[in-house]
Amino acid sequence: MDFESVMTLGTTALELGLMGSLTVLALFLSYSMLNVCDLSTDGCFTLGAAVGAVVALSGHPFLAIPAAMGAGILSGFVTAFLQTKMGIDSLLAGIIVNTGLYSINVAIMGGSSLLNMNKTETVFTKMQALLKGTALGGSYKIIVALICVALIVAFLTFFLHTRLGLAVRATGNNPDMVRSSSINPGVTTLIGLCISGSFTALSGCLLAQSQKSVNIDIGSGMLTVALASLLIGNTFMGRGGLFKRAVGAVIGSFVFRLVYTIALRFNMPAFMLKLVSSVIVIIAIAGPYLRSRFPLLARKLGIATGKEAR
Amino acid sequence: MLELKEIRKTFNPGTVNERVALDGINLTVNDGDFITIIGSNGAGKSTLFNAISGYFLTDSGSIILDGKDITMLPDHKRSRVMGRLFQDPMLGSAPGMSIEENLALAAGKGGWLSSVSKAQKKEFRERLALLNMGLEDRMKQPVGLLSGGQRQALTLLMATYNPPKVLLLDEHTAALDPATADKVLELTERIVAENHITCMMITHNMESALSLGNRTLMMDSGRIVFDVAGDERSRLTRDDLLDAFKAKSGHALDNDRILLQ
Repeated sequence: MDFESVMTLGTTALELGLMGSLTVLALFLSYSMLNVCDLSTDGCFTLGAAVGAVVALSGHPFLAIPAAMGAGILSGFVTAFLQTKMGIDSLLAGIIVNTGLYSINVAIMGGSSLLNMNKTETVFTKMQALLKGTALGGSYKIIVALICVALIVAFLTFFLHTRLGLAVRATGNNPDMVRSSSINPGVTTLIGLCISGSFTALSGCLLAQSQKSVNIDIGSGMLTVALASLLIGNTFMGRGGLFKRAVGAVIGSFVFRLVYTIALRFNMPAFMLKLVSSVIVIIAIAGPYLRSRFPLLARKLGIATGKEAR
Repeated sequence: MLELKEIRKTFNPGTVNERVALDGINLTVNDGDFITIIGSNGAGKSTLFNAISGYFLTDSGSIILDGKDITMLPDHKRSRVMGRLFQDPMLGSAPGMSIEENLALAAGKGGWLSSVSKAQKKEFRERLALLNMGLEDRMKQPVGLLSGGQRQALTLLMATYNPPKVLLLDEHTAALDPATADKVLELTERIVAENHITCMMITHNMESALSLGNRTLMMDSGRIVFDVAGDERSRLTRDDLLDAFKAKSGHALDNDRILLQ
């Protein structure tokens, strides 16, 4: 591999990694902080992509961003409402919303399952025009994504240190303690999922605009991919302050995409992406569990681990 | 003043597991009372606390705090004026968050989007120093690293940070080793006295049931069978207490964890 193709590889991974990292940050909030596995992530990602595309197609490239995020907030609201006010189990609430979103997404895309934005003005084409002729001209995608990621990381770090943010974190940590601090954990769950929904939708919106098309399947498997990225990020920067952990989530997303793009170079078929992400999630979650079980297993099998000799 | 009128609660009504947990409780707790509560297993002591703190809605009866009917108020709203500590020291604080962050939530001061101010941090330090556990130098550490006793002391500080009208202590020293339990109990007495908090404490220690507070209740089968205060109480020995229980309830006090000394 020559230098140029290595660079292209890195650039692609960085673009996809940065845009996908917004979904990872959404999970950082919902999964790591709030302790809710939001299974509506896939649908919410597509929702953001669809809404963003439709608004951009109607000639409002900048409005597309807040529109997509607003749609994400709405989606998060419904998921949270079902689990906090309607007595529906949180996993089930996510699946239900995810299923419902499929129809909604097709409806938003005008009954079609594919929207083309080849000639549409988007935030990316705007940035491309702005940077034309400068040294950064070729990196316009990375710059747009980087700005978004930086803003979201800054917002998230700020938010998690506010009193409301503390309440959201405590909800995932010890909901009884939240109640005894005169805060309704239902409300904090609602707020947390609304915010994480907006991140996921923004992620979908950016990906769709950068690849200039939306497919109804654009979000499928995104939850697992993001979870894999989050867990990879944890292994790098799982300990430390919230800012460090948020940055770790972004790095995890990049590393995941890098490994994936490299694998593609070595002729791994593109459809393997989802299997790879599933396996990573399995290893990352089952690994520590199995390691803690190992001493017991070893004793059962009569393998000397060197520990029981003492 | 906290008033309970004809409070009833039945678990699993209409099934074979039906159990009357609170059977028409009438109780008036005066401001500044420190009530100790003893009773057999399953007498309804914790259920009574659950009813007062709003963990569940009672089947009938009303709960009135300072003239305001709070019977229908959900638990997170009651917690503005009520503090509660459980036997399990892990229940009262968030293990993954720092001491400072836990206190910030308990203090509940400032806007929702404001972060902990320097003045607040200073106040936290001062309050923590009063516990004499060196926690003021560990404000950035996660609460999960604290020992059971330290965590219970912190929970006590959190529950009383904004002095509540009523403090409910559900055997809050029972899971601690004797020396730590004494220390937490001593802290409890001091904080309650300094802030003039009305307090109800469930205990299985007959000695502290009589030595602490100004009034003692005995519960059996969802009823308050014995209520003693003042001079009559100060003359009581623990044997008198056991006899009184037997006379009122018709059977001996059968709490498998009761401590007679």
